[in-house]
Amino acid sequence: MPAAALVIATGAVTPHAALAEAQRLGPVIGFLAAVLILAHLCDVEGLFRACGAWMARGSAGRPRRLLAQVFATASAITAVLSLDATVVLLTPVVFATSARLGARAKPHVYACTHLANSASVLLPVSNLTNLLAFAASGLAFPRFAALMALPWLAVIAVEYLVFRRFFAADLDAGAHDSGTHDSGTHDSREHDSREHDSRAHDSRAQAGPADQVSGVPVFVIVTVAATLAGFVLASTAGVNPAWAAAAGAAVLAGRALAQRRTSVAAIGRSAAVPFLVFVLALGIVVQAVVGNGLDHALGPLIPGSTALPGLLATAALAAVLANLVNNLPAVLVLLPLVAPVGASAVLAVLLGVNIGPNLTYTGSLATLLWRRVLHERGSGPSLAEFTRLGLLTVPAGLALAVLALWGALHAIGG
Amino acid sequence: MTDAAASVPAPDEPAAISRTVIVWVAEGTWPGCIDAARALAPSPAAIVLLHATPGEVAGAAHGAYAGLLGRGHPERDPGPRLAELATASAAELLAAAASRLARPCTRTERRGRVEREVVAAAAGADLLILARDGDRSRLGPKSLGPASRFVVDHAPCPVLLVWPEDAPDTGTIPPPPPHRKPPPHWKPPRPKPPA
Repeated sequence: MPAAALVIATGAVTPHAALAEAQRLGPVIGFLAAVLILAHLCDVEGLFRACGAWMARGSAGRPRRLLAQVFATASAITAVLSLDATVVLLTPVVFATSARLGARAKPHVYACTHLANSASVLLPVSNLTNLLAFAASGLAFPRFAALMALPWLAVIAVEYLVFRRFFAADLDAGAHDSGTHDSGTHDSREHDSREHDSRAHDSRAQAGPADQVSGVPVFVIVTVAATLAGFVLASTAGVNPAWAAAAGAAVLAGRALAQRRTSVAAIGRSAAVPFLVFVLALGIVVQAVVGNGLDHALGPLIPGSTALPGLLATAALAAVLANLVNNLPAVLVLLPLVAPVGASAVLAVLLGVNIGPNLTYTGSLATLLWRRVLHERGSGPSLAEFTRLGLLTVPAGLALAVLALWGALHAIGG
Repeated sequence: MTDAAASVPAPDEPAAISRTVIVWVAEGTWPGCIDAARALAPSPAAIVLLHATPGEVAGAAHGAYAGLLGRGHPERDPGPRLAELATASAAELLAAAASRLARPCTRTERRGRVEREVVAAAAGADLLILARDGDRSRLGPKSLGPASRFVVDHAPCPVLLVWPEDAPDTGTIPPPPPHRKPPPHWKPPRPKPPA
């Protein structure tokens, strides 16, 4: 924020240009706020606890099945409720579920952190980077989703195959019920799974007053589905789909407030106003940096072509930039440069900035160094291990996703 | 690197010499270790149930949140929440292990790099009991995962390495290769220089 004031004061950006940027970013930020509130209300209504119960039941105490269900859940939550929901709300539930089953938590938690990035390519609402690009690309909501569906599936498939091999030892260790009842001999798998089932139910029933929501939170699921349909309808009717998100959030908020499950203050906090202001300030600062020479420096690196090699190079450039700084500044820098090339180049940038950050566990070198500078306490992930996992998933996932995008562009028409 | 058996005290050894047996309780494989401790640990031994929580799991969740630029709100960081949950689940696991052991024991929880924490905790112990955590479908080196491989290779005390379930049949060992080549690191002994 002070940096934004500084660039305006020093004349790096004229107040007029800053205002124009704010007007451009305004609707995007409103959309973001609605999605953040929607995710918070889904949490209040027990959606994430229901996901945990579903994963515990369905995995039948088998870590490899649990991993498949974590992949399905994290991919869907990230796509619909944004990566913030997966990182903040789903990851603790996944950890608790795996601990409850007695399985090793590492593959499942790492899957959440990876999918929060790589599975955030499907919808404009999945990631703030998408929202920013969505406004710039001129694509309609359903068209964006249709073009990104294949890349989304491709990158998830790559992650899944790599995770199954990478964490083979942790997944093969199995999951045991706490074993207090069975003595000596090992029980059959069927018996184990029944036991896990009943434990899953028990712990949900005991988990406190907020858990009194019965089984599947149907109302939330229907509202979220209706919101998704609203995105498509609004977009075809030429209305900003942010209104559909706002309507969905309003319906859930009305119900949760009426049933006294949340407060106006809590909903206000979930909108993360400082974050919204930060995005606005970041947009203005990046505009100053781009307008004062970075566009000339980066311009020659942008492939002007939307053939397959051009798309691959664009995505790779975006991934490198996202890894150096962070994907938010990266996308803000690249958007004005690639938008003239066409919507397909914008989508390739999104694949790069969304999948790329998995190379480091903090999403970018800048954040990693900053945290090292702060001498952050506690043990981070082994850098070597996380980077190895990133090197196995990111280049392959990105290449296959771009190939899938190219295929989708040809099938649907660019 | 052998499956060394416990050094069971000779019958004439005075029972006053207390021996420490450490049992590494790991998710998925611990019941086999507890059963081995029940069957094989000498009765006056002090049994320590050891669990190590990988610090990097909460660290990865924290890192993922830190990577979300500009979110602020440290109270929304999932890292500390995961660390809390991990402490609770470790306590539950150790309690379940103690109840299966049905003998007096102490419980220890460590946090960090799992394999290094286990090695550090085993210093000075008379026996460390751990389970194979790799491919358990056949006999062979792959039955040790990276963590148990590290602990077996670096253990500062005798080790009892158990199969979490019944050991696979000896028929799972592949037949010997037709020509026996020396292992790659093998060098012929140098001829002694003439005196």
